[in-house]
Amino acid sequence: MRAAGEEVLDELSATAAARPAGEDDHVDGVPARVVAEPSTTDEAAAVLRIAAARGLAVVPRGTGTKLSWGHPPERVDIVLDTGRMNRVIEHRAGDLVVHVQAGVRLDALQEHLAAARQRLAISPVRPPGAGPGTVGGVVATGATGPLRLSHGAVRDLLIGVTMVRADGTVAKAGGKVVKNVAGYDLGKVLTGAWGTLGLVTEAVFRLHPLPPAARWVTVPVTSADDAHDKVQRVVHSSVMANALELDRAGDGSAALAVLVEGIPQGVDDRVRTLLGLLGDAGDTGEVGDAEVTDVPPGWWGHAPWERGGVALRLTHEIARLPRLLDAVDDAGPRCGLTAAVRGSPGVGVLHAGLPADPGAVSAFVTLLREASPAWGGDIVVLDAPPAVKAGLDVWGPVRGLSLMRRVKDQFDPDHRMAPGRFAGGI
Amino acid sequence: MTIDEAPALTGLAERLRAALGPDAVIDDHQRLRTYECDGLAQYRVTPALVVLPADVTGVVAAVRACAEAGVPFVARGSGTGLSGGALPRADGVLIVTSRLRRIIEIDAASQRAVVEPGVINLDITKAAGADGYYYAPDPSSQLICSIGGNVAENSGGAHCLKYGFTTNHVTGVQFVAPDGEVVRLGGKAPDATGYDLLGAIVGSEGTLGVVTEVTVRLVREPEAVRTLLAGFAGVDDAGAATSAIIGDGVVPAAMEMMDALAIEAAEAAVRCGYPDGAGAVLIVELDGPAAEVEAQFAEVERHCRAHGAFEIRIAADDAERASFWRGRKSAFAAVGRISPDYIVQDGVIPRTVLAEVLHRIAELSRETGIRVANVFHAGDGNLHPLVLFDDAVPGEAERAEEVSGAILDLCIQHGGSITGEHGVGSDKAKYMPRMFSDADLDTMQLLRCAFDPGGLANPGKVFPTPRLCGEVPGRHKGAHPLQDAGIAEVF
Ligand SMILES: Cc1cc2nc3c(=O)[nH]c(=O)nc-3n(C[C@H](O)[C@H](O)[C@H](O)COP(=O)(O)OP(=O)(O)OC[C@H]3O[C@@H](n4cnc5c(N)ncnc54)[C@H](O)[C@@H]3O)c2cc1C
Ligand SMILES: Cc1cc2nc3c(=O)[nH]c(=O)nc-3n(C[C@H](O)[C@H](O)[C@H](O)COP(=O)(O)OP(=O)(O)OC[C@H]3O[C@@H](n4cnc5c(N)ncnc54)[C@H](O)[C@@H]3O)c2cc1C
Repeated sequence: MRAAGEEVLDELSATAAARPAGEDDHVDGVPARVVAEPSTTDEAAAVLRIAAARGLAVVPRGTGTKLSWGHPPERVDIVLDTGRMNRVIEHRAGDLVVHVQAGVRLDALQEHLAAARQRLAISPVRPPGAGPGTVGGVVATGATGPLRLSHGAVRDLLIGVTMVRADGTVAKAGGKVVKNVAGYDLGKVLTGAWGTLGLVTEAVFRLHPLPPAARWVTVPVTSADDAHDKVQRVVHSSVMANALELDRAGDGSAALAVLVEGIPQGVDDRVRTLLGLLGDAGDTGEVGDAEVTDVPPGWWGHAPWERGGVALRLTHEIARLPRLLDAVDDAGPRCGLTAAVRGSPGVGVLHAGLPADPGAVSAFVTLLREASPAWGGDIVVLDAPPAVKAGLDVWGPVRGLSLMRRVKDQFDPDHRMAPGRFAGGI
Repeated sequence: MTIDEAPALTGLAERLRAALGPDAVIDDHQRLRTYECDGLAQYRVTPALVVLPADVTGVVAAVRACAEAGVPFVARGSGTGLSGGALPRADGVLIVTSRLRRIIEIDAASQRAVVEPGVINLDITKAAGADGYYYAPDPSSQLICSIGGNVAENSGGAHCLKYGFTTNHVTGVQFVAPDGEVVRLGGKAPDATGYDLLGAIVGSEGTLGVVTEVTVRLVREPEAVRTLLAGFAGVDDAGAATSAIIGDGVVPAAMEMMDALAIEAAEAAVRCGYPDGAGAVLIVELDGPAAEVEAQFAEVERHCRAHGAFEIRIAADDAERASFWRGRKSAFAAVGRISPDYIVQDGVIPRTVLAEVLHRIAELSRETGIRVANVFHAGDGNLHPLVLFDDAVPGEAERAEEVSGAILDLCIQHGGSITGEHGVGSDKAKYMPRMFSDADLDTMQLLRCAFDPGGLANPGKVFPTPRLCGEVPGRHKGAHPLQDAGIAEVF
């Protein structure tokens, strides 16, 4: 076994940087044998060809901030680390397009783009204590943050992708233009696929201009119905909020914050409209219960769970927000836990944080799944300590699963790419 | 092949009549000919059989019958496609969605509409208007094209610059997979668990199954809309103004350009009264909160003047706004007034090379004597060169075809695409290898094999050479087995 490991290492080292795996390279508790660190798509392809020839399981890794999300892999032979694939290949500012390697860190990219007064409109919501992650990780997890309300999700901003298939074949889809319907949109299928269909090595994104002005209007919220009422008032108005975030602490205190971005005159005007809509009249500053600020509230963009806690994603139909919040309020006490909820009710994606109590979490998720037809969404346990995951179906029921299995079988017939991490055991 | 020569199809017709009722099945040759082409009339094939199901059960019956008989099927909405995507198969069944026209639900509170695939695009907007909402993607054919066809083609429109394409507005579908299984993906809530196969279905041109229900996002009507029409000496100036506006951080709702020949055609057809002597016209529309629109509108005007606009008109009311758009929206049909025949091309380039590519197109035109009128979504870099010719002049059709292909090559050379909204269909399958490598195409077809291992859903469209679904990936070298067998060719 050990000798075989050395042999793999030798072979890998001939094509890309590689080293024996250490304890830090475990993936959600599953030990790895080697870490390969290719610096180009071709090197990554060479690594995957070796893995294919030897039947080795490969788990891609960006900065590792979300390697404990989903199921732990069934096995890990090679951790394919994208850390050296960190080049901005081309930034065409005039076309509002950027082409990057998958290992580029999101913070570095935003800094680069800001110099041209542009941004990738993916908001930096982060797990507690985690760094900003890589572009590849953002694509692979398809995670969303506040700006999705106005700019869409990662899938909507990704216009081209280069991938390496499990067998080492390099393929691309999409391109460098925003409008393009030639061929299947593989970028969407790879977004949120958690590395189970192949390795994303390069991505092309559409960009947006950095808005010259931004203002947050924050108001307290007294109940689920009040939250719903305020959300509805904002989304059905013509104020065009750029983001709308709800924050409900475990103790029930809650706030709604609305972001408007744009040119200064427009922003002032929209803030006034918002204050009227949300029950306050006046211009700026603190008016009644509403607060107008030019920095986000402290909780904005942060995940609502504690380190080592349990992270849920709850999706819902926009108008059925109160059903979801009521279900959370009902299930919590019955399971002996309190849930902190935060997220984007104007989009229909919330996140919740729970304490890491296996029995209580399992009961809570079961209750919520039973009630979910009332709000029409899914409940996914994104992250949890192993003891909690063990008693849970973290992904829950999946529509179209047989088709998804067939897709996996086509892309990765030997099930070597991040095996077992995804929904339905994929 | 006619139905009499194919016993499998005769049996199918009987079976489907029994299941769907006699008037839902057409096998009379004369009536079948109504369906022999879509909006791209140069390709014509009479289908062996047409079925008009009235609900999903009917679609399942049709697809299942085809699967069992090994007969190919093609879905068809309104037949306005411009790439021959709904071109029938002589040995196959055409499944037409025109009876699937129910608007199932307008849920303004959740900003969604649920509709059957045969619903006409504009009818969604009409239904949602009472609540102050509309359906954003607006192909010029929105009066007649179906939402199912829009999903299949990932259609765009003038307002997609700001609001995105069909794929950004569809949150759920129900479809019948090629084996007859009914699958639901997504719904009114976003991010259904699992792979984003919804993203694959949109734009798949009917090759992954028949869509039977669509859930779309509804967009709030904007507080203000302002539209400006600017006349320029030529496309260079208008192109520079386009770049300057976008470079300034303004994202207009629409930004459309026409060149001199396209203006001439539009004037001939609808007398739109565009500025006299304009070598290019730019229409810019802004929408959103009133104060924002006002301030940005002034910027747009400034950029147009700075880049040589000699006349700027600002629509005072809806009627005037409609008159600005009338010329643009009628442009495709209008070229029929100045040329007996024409090809509507659809290619995309990065916005920044607009001037360069338009020059090259003009050169091509001079070199070949083939006139090219340009009407396009300038903000997206989505060109629609109209290549004019006279079929009665020997050799002209071929030269037009060459110019048309050369324009696509230009798009590819500049990092663009061979289609921005009309799709690949039968028309452009042969160009796919110019844009994508064998490995790229092969990888796309992995998806096809997962959905449709038998290759019965709209075969022959999109891909020049279908993949054999049973083969082990990555193990074939050299010519594709289908090529070796003389069944298919790579162009
Ligand atoms: C609630 C929440 C919302 C968030 N929203 C946003 C947001 O909107 N915008 C934002 O920027 N960040 C967001 N983040 C944070 C950010 O998404 C993550 O930190 C980042 O996506 C993970 O990147 P990573 O490089 O650390 O990935 P890792 O943790 O290393 O990997 C995550 C997963 O992706 C796979 N993977 C990694 N790289 C590749 C690749 N190249 N090809 C294939 N698979 C790969 C891995 O196998 C693993 O399954 C959010 C986080 C949370 C908790
Ligand atoms: C004058 C004119 C202007 C146009 N302008 C635009 C424009 O601005 N933007 C634009 O994008 N397009 C435009 N088009 C092209 C065309 O209208 C669109 O492609 C439209 O989406 C086609 O819809 P349809 O219902 O007519 O589909 P069809 O032509 O019937 O079919 C198109 C494709 O969709 C498939 N299909 C249809 N229904 C289904 C279903 N239910 N399930 C699965 N597959 C299905 C067919 O198999 C075929 O491949 C224009 C066409 C014309 C004639």
